[in-house]
Amino acid sequence: MDAAQALADLTEISAQIEAAVLADHDGSVVASTLGDEAAAKPFAEAAAELLAAADEVRTEPGSDPLVQVEGAALDGSVFVAKDDRHLVAAVTKPRPTVGLVFYDLKTCLRMLEREEEAKAAKATKTATRRRTTTKKTEEAESESS
Amino acid sequence: MKARSAVGLLAAGAALAGAIVFVRTKSQSEREHVDVYFADGSMVSLEAGSADGDRLLPLARRALASARG
Repeated sequence: MDAAQALADLTEISAQIEAAVLADHDGSVVASTLGDEAAAKPFAEAAAELLAAADEVRTEPGSDPLVQVEGAALDGSVFVAKDDRHLVAAVTKPRPTVGLVFYDLKTCLRMLEREEEAKAAKATKTATRRRTTTKKTEEAESESS
Repeated sequence: MKARSAVGLLAAGAALAGAIVFVRTKSQSEREHVDVYFADGSMVSLEAGSADGDRLLPLARRALASARG
């Protein structure tokens, strides 16, 4: 499953979510439910900015890091959750079920993380196999010459 | 007669108190705010009018507007 699929699943399981974007911490779009990147970019950047500003709420040394934010306005809510690499942001209508939306966002991040770990493991395995094959070929060539 | 009017007054007072609690709860839930959650499970709720609330709410509104185009 890729990032786009993780977001598609998110909007499918959560009827409250109107739109969502998956991005790096700097706001670079990874995937979104909005039509194109031009539409997704301002949303991702605004979500990253909200997260960065919320991070300044608690500045005592040794305090636990920020993990998620909900901004509730009169016409709807914006949710942002993050992990070590990505952030996922979503907008809902007013008065959403906050716990459920956050749960769905975290699930999306976990699914993406698992997928990336599987990809990385596969890439490492392939690289190791390639190195072994090259080494064997070199050994065979040196033996024949 | 006196007992009846006392019960009536009590009932009216209870109804009024209930109505006040209902209206306050409803208006609080509809008030704009930003809730910030931390890894230890704690949460800080920032209302409009507080320094952090007034700093974060425009960003939340901007994110909402940009998602809706």
